[in-house]
Amino acid sequence: MAHRNMVQAINSAMDIMLERDPRVVILGEDVGYFGGVFRCTEGLQRKYGEHRVFDTPIAEGGIVAAAIGLGVNGLKPVAEIQFADYIYPAFDQIVSELARLRYRTAGEFFAPVTIRTPCGGGIRGGQTHSQSPEVIFSHVCGIKVIMPSNPYDAKGLLISSIEDEDPVVFFEPKRIYNGPFDGDPHKPAVPWSSHAKGEVPDGYYTVPISRSEVVRAGKDVTVLTYGTMVHVTEAAVRVAGVDAEIVDVRTLVPLDVDTLCTSVCKTGRCVIVHEATRFSGYGAELLEAPIQRVTGWDTPYPHAFEWEYFPGPARIAAALKSVMEAS
Amino acid sequence: MTQRSRLHVPHPPARPGDKPDFSYVQISPAGAVGRPDVTAPARDIESLSLEMVRVLDDQHRAVGPWNPHLEPQDLQVGLRHMLLTRHFDDRMQRMQRQGRVSFYMKSTGEEAVSVGQGMALLPGDMLFPSYRNQALYIVRGRSLVDLMCQCLSNTKDMCKGRQMPVMYHWASGNIFSISGNLATQFPQAVGWAMAAAIKGEDRLAASWIGEGSTAEADFHHALTFAAVYQAPVILNVVNNQWAISTFQGFAGGEHRTFAQRGPGYGIPGIRVDGNDFLAVHAVTQWAAERARQSGGPTLIEHVTYRAAAHSTSDDPSRYRPKEEWQSWPLGDPINRLKQHLIGLGEWSEERHSALEKQLEAHVSACWKEAVSYGTLTEGPSLDPASMFEDVFKQLPAHLARQRDQLRALLRAQEGSAPKKAPEGLQSVAKEG
Repeated sequence: MAHRNMVQAINSAMDIMLERDPRVVILGEDVGYFGGVFRCTEGLQRKYGEHRVFDTPIAEGGIVAAAIGLGVNGLKPVAEIQFADYIYPAFDQIVSELARLRYRTAGEFFAPVTIRTPCGGGIRGGQTHSQSPEVIFSHVCGIKVIMPSNPYDAKGLLISSIEDEDPVVFFEPKRIYNGPFDGDPHKPAVPWSSHAKGEVPDGYYTVPISRSEVVRAGKDVTVLTYGTMVHVTEAAVRVAGVDAEIVDVRTLVPLDVDTLCTSVCKTGRCVIVHEATRFSGYGAELLEAPIQRVTGWDTPYPHAFEWEYFPGPARIAAALKSVMEAS
Repeated sequence: MTQRSRLHVPHPPARPGDKPDFSYVQISPAGAVGRPDVTAPARDIESLSLEMVRVLDDQHRAVGPWNPHLEPQDLQVGLRHMLLTRHFDDRMQRMQRQGRVSFYMKSTGEEAVSVGQGMALLPGDMLFPSYRNQALYIVRGRSLVDLMCQCLSNTKDMCKGRQMPVMYHWASGNIFSISGNLATQFPQAVGWAMAAAIKGEDRLAASWIGEGSTAEADFHHALTFAAVYQAPVILNVVNNQWAISTFQGFAGGEHRTFAQRGPGYGIPGIRVDGNDFLAVHAVTQWAAERARQSGGPTLIEHVTYRAAAHSTSDDPSRYRPKEEWQSWPLGDPINRLKQHLIGLGEWSEERHSALEKQLEAHVSACWKEAVSYGTLTEGPSLDPASMFEDVFKQLPAHLARQRDQLRALLRAQEGSAPKKAPEGLQSVAKEG
């Protein structure tokens, strides 16, 4: 057991998976010889060779497309997109290809690709180095979306992601790479060594995907949050003197509804906090009752069943009825 | 006079009512282009991207250094595959017109590309086709019944009703899934080939896109990654002159050949007569041998003509002369191979007619079997609840809930209305 910051924890996860599984390869801009602009892949090319850890051309669409091809041919690629803000050139390859391959081939083909990408603000990155685009991906059926809030979870969840046979977009809140951040930029930086979740085992372990965690128990109100905002919320709760229960969502898709509902049912109140923009944001996903939503199912649009998929009058009527009964 | 710029909007040489004009197609005489060693450096063989590799001459004789010297039996197999593809396409088009399938895309006039290449590659080579390479399935022996069932979205549909017609896949036959989005498979094929090289295998990848799709960023990504990592991949641009209604000039074909894009990346580019079965076979063999010797990628431009509409939703008489195909200077690939075989004394008009009858009957029998597994509008049909499978490897809780909601809804509807084709299907079938 050792203290690790998030960069070291993420590096350790990849190191362990490169060691354990010869199918794992790492690719991305500057990830090879240099070790990544945030140092997450430092030393890995030296240790495992340039056929396992290699630099790529500056072409995010090409990186994800190549990762899909590598994955279809039996490898387990971990692709780094240097900033989440740079991920959009790869959007078609993620949405139309990576997310749909298993579905459109009825399971015959799949590409177990993990896309790691630093996200979020707080490092004076401006509008092209600070974005939190997680909801753009959580809206796409067929990919898992994860955002850890601490080194322990980052390592365990990244190992789970690499082992998972579904594609994962793994967001790393870069403001907390080096330490938990309570939202006050004027305070001296706090290192992860001062935080319980900065204790990271040296070896292999996993944190399960699709499990949220109650990081602070409380009885007055539930706060649902993830990433950097977990720490900001903890600080705010201390200041506000409210006995809040804080749930770190951790996996945005597939969502751990049970943990969230249990907490909200217990406290009877709920606040949702995320760094990303509000309109059509992830928070809307966490608002269910009493509003009913009639939508397409969370699957791609199937050719044969488009009218079973289409949110037709029968489903709308059922929702109206259920809302009327509830009120 | 004031100097000012002027936007150039390309125009095809002929529109409906005009006399077809293919004078822009530069054609080398058969046998005139040299065949370099497969180890030749890319920079030494740039002329291959300007000329046109052709083997069959105007008298249908095989001439010159690219003649692959195939056995007559192989040529007969190639002819059979091409003819079967054409009959299959014609049948499926008719079935679409009858409303039995929602959509179809023919490959008429381009059969030599998929058949010639499919036969030149090894079974272990991984193919990343576009939507007009159905003949690859025929070369590799996939049953027509299976392809038809996919188009019908029926109970034996390999895609379980999830894809539009013609978007097949075949994992054990090493043919990758067809995407509805253009060119995405091109850089994926490069990634696959990179993995083959990482694992030290002798398998290679081949991929196909149309000349129109070379405008997509994926084309650039594919060529960049293929060149950087010297991936064992054959990247094919099927230049059939038309991308729905826009002629090849809208992809930049007025200024350079598509094969010439290869040398810009340091990749050999070969321009080949795409209607010459022997030439297509020969350049594919060359590129495959080069790739297997760690010589890296090759870009091949197949010069051909899209004789049919883009798809059943398209009407080419609105944008090009109806009789344009008859003026296409590179002819019909099936007729050219047929005449070559007749010239060799290995084929005859009688054998050809007999084969056509036999294939026609085969296609009919396959169709009859395929519809027995259901059509989009008549049973038996797939379980709609299956639409929730394969979004993820395991069904997550939210999809299980949605599946249960759909099942409850379907149960509630059962008996309340007679089963009929869902409203709106006809318009969808028309629009594709």
